[in-house]
Amino acid sequence: MGAESSPKIAIVDESPIRAAILEEGLREAGYTDVVRIGEMQSLLSRIYALDPDVIVIDLENPSRDILEQMFQVSRAVRRPIAMFVDQSDAASIQASVDAGVSAYIVDGLKKERLKPILDLCISRFNAFSKLQDELDRTKSALEDRKVIDRAKGILMKLKGLTEDEAYVLLRSTAMREKKKIGEIAQSILTASELLK
Amino acid sequence: MTRPLHIGFIPLIDAAALILAVDRGFTAAEGLDVTLVREVSWSNIRDKLNVGLFDAAHLLAPVAIASSLGLGHIKVPIVAPFNLGLNGNAITVSPPLHAALMAEIDGDRFDPMATARALSRVVASRRRGGAEPLTFGMTFPFSTHNYQLRFWMAAGGVDPDEDVRLVVLPPPFMADSIASGQIDGFCVGAPWNSIAVDRGVGHILHFVSDILERAAEKVLAIRAGWSEKNPQVVAALVRAASRAAEFIEQPQNRAEVAFVLARPEYIGVDADLILRTLEGRLKISPDGTFRECRRYLLLGREDASRPDPVQAAWLYAQMVRWGQAPMSAEALGTAKRVFRPDLYAAALDRGKLAANSPHPVGAFAGPNFDADDIAGHLASFRIGRWKPL
Repeated sequence: MGAESSPKIAIVDESPIRAAILEEGLREAGYTDVVRIGEMQSLLSRIYALDPDVIVIDLENPSRDILEQMFQVSRAVRRPIAMFVDQSDAASIQASVDAGVSAYIVDGLKKERLKPILDLCISRFNAFSKLQDELDRTKSALEDRKVIDRAKGILMKLKGLTEDEAYVLLRSTAMREKKKIGEIAQSILTASELLK
Repeated sequence: MTRPLHIGFIPLIDAAALILAVDRGFTAAEGLDVTLVREVSWSNIRDKLNVGLFDAAHLLAPVAIASSLGLGHIKVPIVAPFNLGLNGNAITVSPPLHAALMAEIDGDRFDPMATARALSRVVASRRRGGAEPLTFGMTFPFSTHNYQLRFWMAAGGVDPDEDVRLVVLPPPFMADSIASGQIDGFCVGAPWNSIAVDRGVGHILHFVSDILERAAEKVLAIRAGWSEKNPQVVAALVRAASRAAEFIEQPQNRAEVAFVLARPEYIGVDADLILRTLEGRLKISPDGTFRECRRYLLLGREDASRPDPVQAAWLYAQMVRWGQAPMSAEALGTAKRVFRPDLYAAALDRGKLAANSPHPVGAFAGPNFDADDIAGHLASFRIGRWKPL
Protein backbone atom coordinates (compact mmCIF):
# COMPACT_ATOMS: atom_id res chain seq x y z
CA MET A 1 0.00 0.00 0.00
CA GLY A 2 3.11 2.19 0.02
CA ALA A 3 3.38 5.37 1.98
CA GLU A 4 -0.32 6.16 1.70
CA SER A 5 -2.39 5.35 4.74
CA SER A 6 -5.03 2.65 4.57
CA PRO A 7 -8.38 4.05 3.36
CA LYS A 8 -11.29 3.74 5.75
CA ILE A 9 -13.72 1.16 4.38
CA ALA A 10 -17.34 0.81 5.57
CA ILE A 11 -19.08 -2.49 4.88
CA VAL A 12 -22.86 -2.13 4.81
CA ASP A 13 -24.29 -5.63 5.02
CA GLU A 14 -27.12 -7.14 7.03
CA SER A 15 -25.50 -10.58 6.80
CA PRO A 16 -23.01 -10.68 9.70
CA ILE A 17 -21.24 -13.77 8.33
CA ARG A 18 -20.65 -12.32 4.89
CA ALA A 19 -19.56 -9.00 6.39
CA ALA A 20 -17.08 -10.85 8.62
CA ILE A 21 -15.69 -12.79 5.65
CA LEU A 22 -15.28 -9.55 3.73
CA GLU A 23 -13.65 -7.75 6.63
CA GLU A 24 -11.22 -10.59 7.17
CA GLY A 25 -10.29 -10.57 3.48
CA LEU A 26 -9.69 -6.84 3.51
CA ARG A 27 -7.57 -7.02 6.66
CA GLU A 28 -5.49 -9.86 5.21
CA ALA A 29 -4.84 -7.67 2.19
CA GLY A 30 -3.52 -4.96 4.46
CA TYR A 31 -6.58 -2.73 4.78
CA THR A 32 -6.55 -2.10 8.50
CA ASP A 33 -9.32 0.46 8.78
CA VAL A 34 -12.52 -1.52 8.16
CA VAL A 35 -15.87 -0.91 9.87
CA ARG A 36 -19.05 -2.97 9.55
CA ILE A 37 -22.55 -1.46 9.56
CA GLY A 38 -25.25 -4.08 10.06
CA GLU A 39 -28.06 -1.85 11.25
CA MET A 40 -29.89 0.14 8.58
CA GLN A 41 -31.66 2.63 10.88
CA SER A 42 -30.25 6.11 10.28
CA LEU A 43 -27.78 4.73 7.77
CA LEU A 44 -26.80 8.11 6.39
CA SER A 45 -25.96 9.62 9.77
CA ARG A 46 -23.94 6.53 10.70
CA ILE A 47 -21.97 6.91 7.52
CA TYR A 48 -21.39 10.59 8.19
CA ALA A 49 -20.20 9.79 11.70
CA LEU A 50 -17.72 7.22 10.34
CA ASP A 51 -16.69 9.39 7.39
CA PRO A 52 -15.34 6.49 5.29
CA ASP A 53 -13.40 6.74 2.03
CA VAL A 54 -15.03 3.68 0.52
CA ILE A 55 -18.48 2.18 1.09
CA VAL A 56 -19.24 -1.41 0.12
CA ILE A 57 -22.87 -2.57 0.10
CA ASP A 58 -24.58 -5.83 -0.84
CA LEU A 59 -27.20 -5.72 -3.58
CA GLU A 60 -29.86 -7.46 -1.49
CA ASN A 61 -29.94 -4.36 0.65
CA PRO A 62 -32.85 -1.95 -0.05
CA SER A 63 -30.79 0.76 1.63
CA ARG A 64 -28.61 0.95 -1.44
CA ASP A 65 -30.89 3.68 -2.79
CA ILE A 66 -30.09 5.74 0.31
CA LEU A 67 -26.44 5.78 -0.73
CA GLU A 68 -27.35 6.99 -4.21
CA GLN A 69 -28.54 10.19 -2.56
CA MET A 70 -24.93 10.93 -1.65
CA PHE A 71 -24.16 11.55 -5.32
CA GLN A 72 -26.19 14.70 -5.03
CA VAL A 73 -24.80 18.00 -3.95
CA SER A 74 -27.19 19.22 -1.31
CA ARG A 75 -27.35 20.36 2.24
CA ALA A 76 -28.07 16.84 3.46
CA VAL A 77 -24.85 15.50 1.96
CA ARG A 78 -21.53 16.55 3.43
CA ARG A 79 -18.98 14.73 1.32
CA PRO A 80 -20.30 13.65 -2.09
CA ILE A 81 -19.61 10.13 -3.21
CA ALA A 82 -19.43 8.59 -6.64
CA MET A 83 -19.91 5.19 -8.12
CA PHE A 84 -16.60 3.42 -8.52
CA VAL A 85 -17.01 3.39 -12.26
CA ASP A 86 -16.45 5.57 -15.21
CA GLN A 87 -17.37 4.82 -18.80
CA SER A 88 -14.38 2.49 -19.23
CA ASP A 89 -15.33 0.27 -16.31
CA ALA A 90 -18.34 -1.59 -17.70
CA ALA A 91 -16.62 -4.91 -16.97
CA SER A 92 -16.21 -3.97 -13.32
CA ILE A 93 -19.92 -3.24 -12.96
CA GLN A 94 -20.80 -6.49 -14.66
CA ALA A 95 -18.54 -8.46 -12.32
CA SER A 96 -19.76 -6.70 -9.20
CA VAL A 97 -23.45 -6.91 -10.10
CA ASP A 98 -22.99 -10.61 -10.85
CA ALA A 99 -21.34 -11.10 -7.48
CA GLY A 100 -24.06 -9.09 -5.72
CA VAL A 101 -21.94 -6.26 -4.37
CA SER A 102 -21.52 -2.60 -5.12
CA ALA A 103 -18.91 -0.09 -4.01
CA TYR A 104 -18.97 3.66 -3.70
CA ILE A 105 -15.99 5.94 -3.51
CA VAL A 106 -16.12 9.03 -1.37
CA ASP A 107 -14.83 12.33 -2.69
CA GLY A 108 -11.06 12.57 -2.37
CA LEU A 109 -9.93 8.98 -2.76
CA LYS A 110 -8.15 8.16 -6.01
CA LYS A 111 -10.10 5.81 -8.25
CA GLU A 112 -7.18 3.45 -8.88
CA ARG A 113 -7.03 2.77 -5.14
CA LEU A 114 -10.56 1.43 -5.24
CA LYS A 115 -10.04 -1.19 -7.94
CA PRO A 116 -8.12 -3.73 -5.78
CA ILE A 117 -10.65 -3.27 -2.97
CA LEU A 118 -13.55 -3.90 -5.31
CA ASP A 119 -11.86 -6.95 -6.85
CA LEU A 120 -11.35 -8.37 -3.40
CA CYS A 121 -14.99 -7.74 -2.47
CA ILE A 122 -16.16 -9.45 -5.65
CA SER A 123 -14.07 -12.54 -5.00
CA ARG A 124 -15.15 -12.73 -1.34
CA PHE A 125 -18.80 -12.29 -2.29
CA ASN A 126 -18.48 -15.05 -4.87
CA ALA A 127 -16.76 -17.27 -2.29
CA PHE A 128 -19.59 -16.58 0.14
CA SER A 129 -22.29 -17.53 -2.39
CA LYS A 130 -20.40 -20.74 -3.13
CA LEU A 131 -20.30 -21.52 0.57
CA GLN A 132 -23.98 -20.70 0.86
CA ASP A 133 -24.78 -23.04 -2.06
CA GLU A 134 -22.76 -25.84 -0.47
CA LEU A 135 -24.51 -25.27 2.82
CA ASP A 136 -27.90 -25.40 1.10
CA ARG A 137 -26.93 -28.60 -0.69
CA THR A 138 -25.72 -30.19 2.56
CA LYS A 139 -28.93 -29.15 4.27
CA SER A 140 -31.06 -30.65 1.54
CA ALA A 141 -28.94 -33.83 1.55
CA LEU A 142 -29.53 -34.14 5.29
CA GLU A 143 -33.22 -33.50 4.72
CA ASP A 144 -33.21 -36.27 2.04
CA ARG A 145 -31.54 -38.66 4.47
CA LYS A 146 -34.31 -38.11 7.02
CA VAL A 147 -37.03 -38.63 4.43
CA ILE A 148 -35.33 -41.78 3.07
CA ASP A 149 -34.97 -43.21 6.59
CA ARG A 150 -38.68 -42.68 7.26
CA ALA A 151 -39.66 -44.19 3.89
CA LYS A 152 -37.47 -47.21 4.60
CA GLY A 153 -39.24 -47.63 7.94
CA ILE A 154 -42.64 -47.61 6.22
CA LEU A 155 -41.54 -50.17 3.60
CA MET A 156 -40.01 -52.41 6.27
CA LYS A 157 -43.22 -52.37 8.27
CA LEU A 158 -45.69 -52.76 5.39
CA LYS A 159 -43.76 -55.23 3.26
CA GLY A 160 -41.78 -57.03 5.97
CA LEU A 161 -38.45 -56.07 4.38
CA THR A 162 -35.05 -55.66 5.97
CA GLU A 163 -33.52 -52.19 5.95
CA ASP A 164 -31.16 -53.12 3.10
CA GLU A 165 -34.02 -54.57 1.04
CA ALA A 166 -36.10 -51.47 1.62
CA TYR A 167 -33.23 -49.29 0.41
CA VAL A 168 -32.65 -51.46 -2.68
CA LEU A 169 -36.36 -51.19 -3.51
CA LEU A 170 -36.25 -47.39 -3.19
CA ARG A 171 -33.13 -47.17 -5.33
CA SER A 172 -34.38 -49.45 -8.10
CA THR A 173 -37.72 -47.61 -8.23
CA ALA A 174 -35.88 -44.29 -8.47
CA MET A 175 -33.73 -45.60 -11.34
CA ARG A 176 -36.71 -46.99 -13.21
CA GLU A 177 -38.72 -43.76 -12.80
CA LYS A 178 -35.65 -41.60 -13.51
CA LYS A 179 -36.15 -39.72 -10.24
CA LYS A 180 -34.07 -39.02 -7.16
CA ILE A 181 -34.32 -41.45 -4.24
CA GLY A 182 -35.39 -38.52 -2.07
CA GLU A 183 -38.33 -37.83 -4.38
CA ILE A 184 -39.49 -41.47 -4.32
CA ALA A 185 -39.12 -41.51 -0.54
CA GLN A 186 -41.13 -38.30 -0.27
CA SER A 187 -43.95 -39.77 -2.37
CA ILE A 188 -44.06 -42.81 -0.09
CA LEU A 189 -44.41 -40.51 2.91
CA THR A 190 -47.14 -38.52 1.17
CA ALA A 191 -49.00 -41.66 0.13
CA SER A 192 -48.83 -43.13 3.61
CA GLU A 193 -50.16 -39.86 5.07
CA LEU A 194 -53.10 -40.00 2.63
CA LEU A 195 -53.85 -43.63 3.35
CA LYS A 196 -53.78 -43.29 7.11
CA MET B 1 -41.04 -18.73 -28.29
CA THR B 2 -38.17 -16.28 -28.14
CA ARG B 3 -35.25 -16.73 -25.81
CA PRO B 4 -36.20 -16.25 -22.14
CA LEU B 5 -36.55 -12.62 -21.03
CA HIS B 6 -35.81 -11.34 -17.54
CA ILE B 7 -37.75 -8.31 -16.40
CA GLY B 8 -37.05 -6.56 -13.10
CA PHE B 9 -39.68 -4.85 -10.99
CA ILE B 10 -40.08 -3.13 -7.63
CA PRO B 11 -43.09 -4.24 -5.54
CA LEU B 12 -45.38 -1.30 -6.30
CA ILE B 13 -48.91 -1.17 -7.72
CA ASP B 14 -47.69 0.45 -10.92
CA ALA B 15 -45.79 -2.71 -11.81
CA ALA B 16 -49.28 -4.17 -12.33
CA ALA B 17 -49.27 -4.18 -16.14
CA LEU B 18 -46.05 -6.21 -16.20
CA ILE B 19 -47.16 -8.57 -13.45
CA LEU B 20 -50.58 -9.20 -15.00
CA ALA B 21 -49.10 -9.51 -18.49
CA VAL B 22 -47.07 -12.47 -17.25
CA ASP B 23 -49.51 -13.88 -14.72
CA ARG B 24 -52.51 -13.88 -17.08
CA GLY B 25 -50.49 -15.25 -19.94
CA PHE B 26 -50.55 -12.18 -22.23
CA THR B 27 -46.77 -12.43 -22.70
CA ALA B 28 -46.98 -16.16 -23.40
CA ALA B 29 -49.72 -15.47 -25.97
CA GLU B 30 -47.24 -13.17 -27.72
CA GLY B 31 -44.71 -15.99 -27.78
CA LEU B 32 -42.61 -14.47 -25.00
CA ASP B 33 -41.05 -16.46 -22.19
CA VAL B 34 -40.81 -13.87 -19.40
CA THR B 35 -39.42 -14.32 -15.90
CA LEU B 36 -40.23 -11.47 -13.52
CA VAL B 37 -37.53 -10.67 -10.99
CA ARG B 38 -38.50 -8.77 -7.86
CA GLU B 39 -35.85 -6.26 -6.82
CA VAL B 40 -35.18 -4.32 -3.64
CA SER B 41 -33.75 -1.06 -4.97
CA TRP B 42 -33.95 1.22 -8.00
CA SER B 43 -30.16 1.20 -8.11
CA ASN B 44 -30.24 -2.56 -8.62
CA ILE B 45 -32.88 -2.28 -11.34
CA ARG B 46 -30.84 0.37 -13.14
CA ASP B 47 -27.55 -1.55 -12.87
CA LYS B 48 -29.03 -4.91 -13.87
CA LEU B 49 -30.77 -3.34 -16.85
CA ASN B 50 -27.57 -1.52 -17.80
CA VAL B 51 -25.34 -4.59 -17.73
CA GLY B 52 -27.90 -6.80 -19.46
CA LEU B 53 -28.96 -9.04 -16.57
CA PHE B 54 -32.43 -7.64 -17.26
CA ASP B 55 -33.84 -7.28 -20.76
CA ALA B 56 -36.46 -4.82 -19.57
CA ALA B 57 -37.56 -3.26 -16.31
CA HIS B 58 -40.21 -1.39 -14.37
CA LEU B 59 -38.29 1.84 -13.90
CA LEU B 60 -38.65 5.35 -12.55
CA ALA B 61 -39.13 7.55 -15.60
CA PRO B 62 -36.45 10.04 -14.48
CA VAL B 63 -33.91 7.21 -14.04
CA ALA B 64 -34.45 6.24 -17.68
CA ILE B 65 -33.65 9.83 -18.64
CA ALA B 66 -30.72 10.17 -16.20
CA SER B 67 -29.23 6.93 -17.52
CA SER B 68 -29.57 8.15 -21.11
CA LEU B 69 -27.84 11.40 -20.17
CA GLY B 70 -25.14 9.72 -18.05
CA LEU B 71 -26.14 11.62 -14.90
CA GLY B 72 -24.70 10.24 -11.68
CA HIS B 73 -23.73 7.01 -13.34
CA ILE B 74 -22.46 5.52 -16.57
CA LYS B 75 -24.30 6.55 -19.69
CA VAL B 76 -26.56 3.85 -21.05
CA PRO B 77 -29.22 5.00 -23.53
CA ILE B 78 -32.65 3.73 -22.54
CA VAL B 79 -35.95 3.76 -24.41
CA ALA B 80 -39.41 3.75 -22.88
CA PRO B 81 -42.01 2.41 -25.34
CA PHE B 82 -44.76 2.08 -22.71
CA ASN B 83 -45.87 3.99 -19.60
CA LEU B 84 -46.58 1.71 -16.66
CA GLY B 85 -48.11 4.28 -14.35
CA LEU B 86 -49.22 7.89 -14.01
CA ASN B 87 -50.41 9.81 -10.96
CA GLY B 88 -49.91 7.01 -8.41
CA ASN B 89 -47.84 9.00 -5.94
CA ALA B 90 -49.17 10.80 -2.92
CA ILE B 91 -47.76 13.05 -0.22
CA THR B 92 -48.29 11.82 3.31
CA VAL B 93 -47.50 13.76 6.48
CA SER B 94 -47.26 12.76 10.14
CA PRO B 95 -50.22 13.50 12.44
CA PRO B 96 -48.34 16.35 14.21
CA LEU B 97 -47.32 17.99 10.92
CA HIS B 98 -50.84 17.53 9.60
CA ALA B 99 -52.24 19.29 12.67
CA ALA B 100 -49.72 22.11 12.29
CA LEU B 101 -50.60 22.54 8.60
CA MET B 102 -54.33 22.53 9.27
CA ALA B 103 -53.85 25.16 12.00
CA GLU B 104 -52.05 27.41 9.51
CA ILE B 105 -54.07 26.71 6.37
CA ASP B 106 -55.93 29.52 4.69
CA GLY B 107 -58.13 27.92 2.03
CA ASP B 108 -59.14 24.48 0.83
CA ARG B 109 -57.09 21.65 2.32
CA PHE B 110 -56.91 19.86 -1.04
CA ASP B 111 -55.58 22.99 -2.74
CA PRO B 112 -51.82 22.45 -3.02
CA MET B 113 -51.12 26.19 -3.01
CA ALA B 114 -52.96 26.54 0.29
CA THR B 115 -51.05 23.62 1.86
CA ALA B 116 -47.70 24.77 0.45
CA ARG B 117 -48.20 28.24 1.94
CA ALA B 118 -49.22 26.65 5.23
CA LEU B 119 -46.02 24.59 5.08
CA SER B 120 -44.03 27.74 4.54
CA ARG B 121 -45.54 29.27 7.70
CA VAL B 122 -44.89 26.07 9.69
CA VAL B 123 -41.27 26.08 8.50
CA ALA B 124 -40.85 29.75 9.47
CA SER B 125 -42.32 29.26 12.91
CA ARG B 126 -40.14 26.20 13.55
CA ARG B 127 -37.10 28.22 12.56
CA ARG B 128 -38.06 31.00 14.96
CA GLY B 129 -38.51 28.43 17.71
CA GLY B 130 -35.11 26.87 16.98
CA ALA B 131 -36.61 23.51 15.98
CA GLU B 132 -34.83 21.10 13.61
CA PRO B 133 -35.86 21.49 9.96
CA LEU B 134 -38.68 19.22 8.77
CA THR B 135 -37.51 16.06 7.01
CA PHE B 136 -39.29 14.53 4.02
CA GLY B 137 -38.66 11.10 2.54
CA MET B 138 -38.67 10.31 -1.15
CA THR B 139 -37.59 7.23 -3.03
CA PHE B 140 -34.69 8.23 -5.26
CA PRO B 141 -32.77 11.33 -6.31
CA PHE B 142 -34.00 10.87 -9.90
CA SER B 143 -37.64 10.27 -9.07
CA THR B 144 -40.95 11.93 -9.76
CA HIS B 145 -41.46 11.76 -5.97
CA ASN B 146 -38.48 14.05 -5.46
CA TYR B 147 -39.63 16.52 -8.13
CA GLN B 148 -43.28 16.52 -7.08
CA LEU B 149 -42.39 17.27 -3.45
CA ARG B 150 -40.00 20.00 -4.53
CA PHE B 151 -42.46 21.53 -6.99
CA TRP B 152 -45.19 21.63 -4.37
CA MET B 153 -43.21 23.13 -1.50
CA ALA B 154 -41.31 25.61 -3.66
CA ALA B 155 -44.63 27.02 -4.94
CA GLY B 156 -45.42 27.98 -1.34
CA GLY B 157 -42.02 29.60 -0.83
CA VAL B 158 -40.19 26.69 0.82
CA ASP B 159 -36.74 26.04 -0.61
CA PRO B 160 -36.38 22.24 -0.62
CA ASP B 161 -32.58 22.42 -0.33
CA GLU B 162 -32.40 25.16 2.31
CA ASP B 163 -35.54 25.09 4.43
CA VAL B 164 -36.22 21.36 4.86
CA ARG B 165 -34.30 18.10 4.50
CA LEU B 166 -35.12 15.67 1.72
CA VAL B 167 -33.86 12.14 2.28
CA VAL B 168 -34.02 8.99 0.18
CA LEU B 169 -35.80 6.04 1.78
CA PRO B 170 -36.89 2.72 0.26
CA PRO B 171 -40.73 2.66 0.08
CA PRO B 172 -41.19 -0.20 2.58
CA PHE B 173 -39.32 1.90 5.20
CA MET B 174 -41.56 4.97 4.90
CA ALA B 175 -44.25 3.98 7.41
CA ASP B 176 -41.72 2.92 10.06
CA SER B 177 -39.69 6.09 9.58
CA ILE B 178 -42.67 8.39 9.96
CA ALA B 179 -43.87 6.38 12.97
CA SER B 180 -40.48 6.72 14.68
CA GLY B 181 -40.34 10.46 13.96
CA GLN B 182 -37.28 10.23 11.73
CA ILE B 183 -39.26 11.91 8.97
CA ASP B 184 -42.24 14.26 9.07
CA GLY B 185 -43.66 13.40 5.67
CA PHE B 186 -42.94 11.60 2.43
CA CYS B 187 -43.89 11.22 -1.19
CA VAL B 188 -44.21 7.62 -2.34
CA GLY B 189 -46.21 5.45 -4.74
CA ALA B 190 -49.04 3.05 -3.99
CA PRO B 191 -49.58 1.17 -1.76
CA TRP B 192 -47.19 2.75 0.76
CA ASN B 193 -49.22 5.88 1.59
CA SER B 194 -52.24 3.75 2.42
CA ILE B 195 -50.11 1.52 4.62
CA ALA B 196 -49.03 4.53 6.70
CA VAL B 197 -52.66 5.69 7.00
CA ASP B 198 -53.85 2.20 7.99
CA ARG B 199 -51.19 2.09 10.68
CA GLY B 200 -52.41 5.43 12.01
CA VAL B 201 -49.06 7.13 11.47
CA GLY B 202 -49.85 9.37 8.50
CA HIS B 203 -52.41 11.54 6.72
CA ILE B 204 -52.47 11.63 2.92
CA LEU B 205 -52.18 15.35 2.27
CA HIS B 206 -52.20 15.26 -1.52
CA PHE B 207 -52.68 12.91 -4.36
CA VAL B 208 -50.05 13.90 -6.86
CA SER B 209 -52.82 14.67 -9.32
CA ASP B 210 -53.54 17.73 -7.12
CA ILE B 211 -50.09 18.98 -8.12
CA LEU B 212 -49.88 17.86 -11.75
CA GLU B 213 -52.73 16.76 -13.98
CA ARG B 214 -50.51 14.15 -15.59
CA ALA B 215 -47.26 12.83 -14.19
CA ALA B 216 -45.55 9.89 -15.89
CA GLU B 217 -43.98 8.04 -12.99
CA LYS B 218 -42.90 4.58 -14.14
CA VAL B 219 -42.03 3.29 -17.57
CA LEU B 220 -41.21 0.02 -19.21
CA ALA B 221 -37.49 0.58 -19.78
CA ILE B 222 -35.34 -1.18 -22.35
CA ARG B 223 -31.73 -0.57 -23.44
CA ALA B 224 -31.85 1.43 -26.68
CA GLY B 225 -29.31 -0.85 -28.38
CA TRP B 226 -31.22 -3.99 -27.44
CA SER B 227 -34.49 -2.43 -28.57
CA GLU B 228 -33.04 -1.65 -32.00
CA LYS B 229 -31.84 -5.24 -32.41
CA ASN B 230 -35.09 -6.81 -31.20
CA PRO B 231 -37.96 -4.69 -32.55
CA GLN B 232 -40.34 -7.66 -32.75
CA VAL B 233 -39.76 -8.58 -29.11
CA VAL B 234 -40.25 -4.98 -28.00
CA ALA B 235 -43.51 -4.75 -29.96
CA ALA B 236 -44.72 -8.05 -28.47
CA LEU B 237 -43.89 -6.82 -24.96
CA VAL B 238 -45.76 -3.57 -25.55
CA ARG B 239 -48.80 -5.47 -26.82
CA ALA B 240 -48.77 -7.82 -23.83
CA ALA B 241 -48.42 -4.92 -21.38
CA SER B 242 -51.17 -3.03 -23.17
CA ARG B 243 -53.57 -5.96 -22.97
CA ALA B 244 -52.75 -6.30 -19.28
CA ALA B 245 -53.32 -2.56 -18.71
CA GLU B 246 -56.72 -2.79 -20.44
CA PHE B 247 -57.60 -5.78 -18.29
CA ILE B 248 -56.54 -3.98 -15.10
CA GLU B 249 -58.62 -0.90 -15.90
CA GLN B 250 -61.88 -2.86 -16.29
CA PRO B 251 -63.74 -2.25 -13.01
CA GLN B 252 -65.06 -5.83 -12.96
CA ASN B 253 -61.48 -7.19 -12.97
CA ARG B 254 -60.16 -5.09 -10.09
CA ALA B 255 -60.78 -7.63 -7.35
CA GLU B 256 -58.92 -10.30 -9.30
CA VAL B 257 -56.07 -7.90 -10.10
CA ALA B 258 -55.78 -6.96 -6.42
CA PHE B 259 -55.72 -10.64 -5.48
CA VAL B 260 -52.91 -11.40 -7.94
CA LEU B 261 -50.84 -8.36 -6.94
CA ALA B 262 -51.25 -9.21 -3.25
CA ARG B 263 -49.40 -12.51 -3.67
CA PRO B 264 -46.12 -12.65 -1.75
CA GLU B 265 -43.98 -13.07 -4.88
CA TYR B 266 -45.41 -9.85 -6.33
CA ILE B 267 -46.27 -7.04 -3.90
CA GLY B 268 -47.15 -9.01 -0.80
CA VAL B 269 -49.56 -6.62 0.89
CA ASP B 270 -53.25 -6.91 1.74
CA ALA B 271 -55.53 -7.32 -1.31
CA ASP B 272 -58.23 -4.99 0.09
CA LEU B 273 -55.73 -2.20 0.45
CA ILE B 274 -54.56 -2.73 -3.14
CA LEU B 275 -58.18 -2.71 -4.29
CA ARG B 276 -58.71 0.73 -2.73
CA THR B 277 -55.77 2.16 -4.66
CA LEU B 278 -57.02 0.59 -7.91
CA GLU B 279 -60.43 2.14 -7.30
CA GLY B 280 -58.88 5.55 -6.60
CA ARG B 281 -60.77 5.61 -3.34
CA LEU B 282 -58.27 6.03 -0.56
CA LYS B 283 -58.50 6.31 3.17
CA ILE B 284 -56.62 9.56 3.72
CA SER B 285 -56.75 9.85 7.47
CA PRO B 286 -56.49 7.40 10.36
CA ASP B 287 -59.97 8.56 11.49
CA GLY B 288 -61.42 6.82 8.43
CA THR B 289 -61.98 9.76 6.07
CA PHE B 290 -61.98 8.61 2.45
CA ARG B 291 -61.23 10.64 -0.63
CA GLU B 292 -62.03 9.62 -4.17
CA CYS B 293 -60.19 10.82 -7.24
CA ARG B 294 -60.77 9.60 -10.76
CA ARG B 295 -57.33 10.77 -11.87
CA TYR B 296 -55.53 8.81 -9.18
CA LEU B 297 -53.25 6.05 -10.49
CA LEU B 298 -53.75 5.80 -14.25
CA LEU B 299 -52.57 2.35 -15.29
CA GLY B 300 -53.87 2.53 -18.86
CA ARG B 301 -57.04 4.57 -19.02
CA GLU B 302 -57.04 8.12 -20.43
CA ASP B 303 -54.28 7.28 -22.89
CA ALA B 304 -51.90 6.76 -19.95
CA SER B 305 -49.83 4.01 -21.57
CA ARG B 306 -48.60 6.13 -24.47
CA PRO B 307 -45.19 7.65 -23.71
CA ASP B 308 -45.36 11.42 -24.11
CA PRO B 309 -42.10 13.31 -24.81
CA VAL B 310 -43.63 16.39 -23.15
CA GLN B 311 -43.53 14.44 -19.87
CA ALA B 312 -39.87 13.58 -20.48
CA ALA B 313 -39.12 17.26 -21.12
CA TRP B 314 -40.87 18.24 -17.88
CA LEU B 315 -38.77 15.72 -15.94
CA TYR B 316 -35.58 17.00 -17.56
CA ALA B 317 -36.62 20.56 -16.65
CA GLN B 318 -36.89 19.49 -12.99
CA MET B 319 -33.38 18.01 -13.16
CA VAL B 320 -32.12 21.36 -14.42
CA ARG B 321 -34.16 23.35 -11.89
CA TRP B 322 -32.71 21.42 -8.96
CA GLY B 323 -29.11 21.31 -10.14
CA GLN B 324 -28.95 17.67 -11.22
CA ALA B 325 -28.39 18.40 -14.91
CA PRO B 326 -26.90 21.27 -16.89
CA MET B 327 -29.18 23.19 -19.23
CA SER B 328 -28.61 22.15 -22.83
CA ALA B 329 -30.73 21.86 -25.93
CA GLU B 330 -28.95 18.62 -26.80
CA ALA B 331 -29.75 17.07 -23.42
CA LEU B 332 -33.37 18.17 -23.74
CA GLY B 333 -33.54 16.43 -27.12
CA THR B 334 -31.99 13.27 -25.67
CA ALA B 335 -34.46 13.30 -22.78
CA LYS B 336 -37.45 13.64 -25.09
CA ARG B 337 -36.24 10.81 -27.30
CA VAL B 338 -36.23 8.42 -24.32
CA PHE B 339 -40.04 8.38 -24.45
CA ARG B 340 -41.01 6.53 -27.62
CA PRO B 341 -44.63 7.01 -28.69
CA ASP B 342 -43.54 5.73 -32.14
CA LEU B 343 -42.62 2.30 -30.76
CA TYR B 344 -45.87 2.25 -28.80
CA ALA B 345 -47.95 3.19 -31.82
CA ALA B 346 -46.13 0.77 -34.12
CA ALA B 347 -46.74 -2.14 -31.75
CA LEU B 348 -50.44 -1.35 -31.36
CA ASP B 349 -51.18 0.12 -34.76
CA ARG B 350 -52.38 3.32 -33.10
CA GLY B 351 -50.55 5.83 -35.24
CA LYS B 352 -53.46 8.25 -35.50
CA LEU B 353 -54.07 8.36 -31.78
CA ALA B 354 -50.43 9.20 -31.12
CA ALA B 355 -50.52 12.15 -33.48
CA ASN B 356 -53.75 13.76 -32.38
CA SER B 357 -54.04 13.90 -28.65
CA PRO B 358 -51.64 16.10 -26.70
CA HIS B 359 -52.05 16.17 -22.93
CA PRO B 360 -50.80 19.10 -20.85
CA VAL B 361 -48.69 18.50 -17.75
CA GLY B 362 -51.13 20.77 -15.95
CA ALA B 363 -49.12 21.95 -12.94
CA PHE B 364 -51.00 23.87 -10.23
CA ALA B 365 -48.41 26.65 -10.16
CA GLY B 366 -46.37 28.56 -12.72
CA PRO B 367 -47.02 29.13 -16.41
CA ASN B 368 -48.12 26.36 -18.78
CA PHE B 369 -45.21 24.07 -19.49
CA ASP B 370 -43.48 24.65 -22.81
CA ALA B 371 -41.44 21.58 -23.77
CA ASP B 372 -39.46 23.63 -26.30
CA ASP B 373 -38.49 26.47 -23.98
CA ILE B 374 -37.23 25.03 -20.71
CA ALA B 375 -35.15 28.11 -19.89
CA GLY B 376 -38.09 30.46 -20.38
CA HIS B 377 -40.25 28.20 -18.28
CA LEU B 378 -37.77 27.84 -15.42
CA ALA B 379 -37.08 31.59 -15.38
CA SER B 380 -40.58 32.08 -14.00
CA PHE B 381 -39.84 30.15 -10.79
CA ARG B 382 -38.20 32.07 -7.97
CA ILE B 383 -36.81 29.07 -6.10
CA GLY B 384 -34.41 26.74 -7.87
CA ARG B 385 -30.71 26.06 -8.36
CA TRP B 386 -30.69 27.08 -12.02
CA LYS B 387 -30.61 30.79 -12.76
CA PRO B 388 -30.91 32.46 -16.17
CA LEU B 389 -27.66 34.10 -17.30
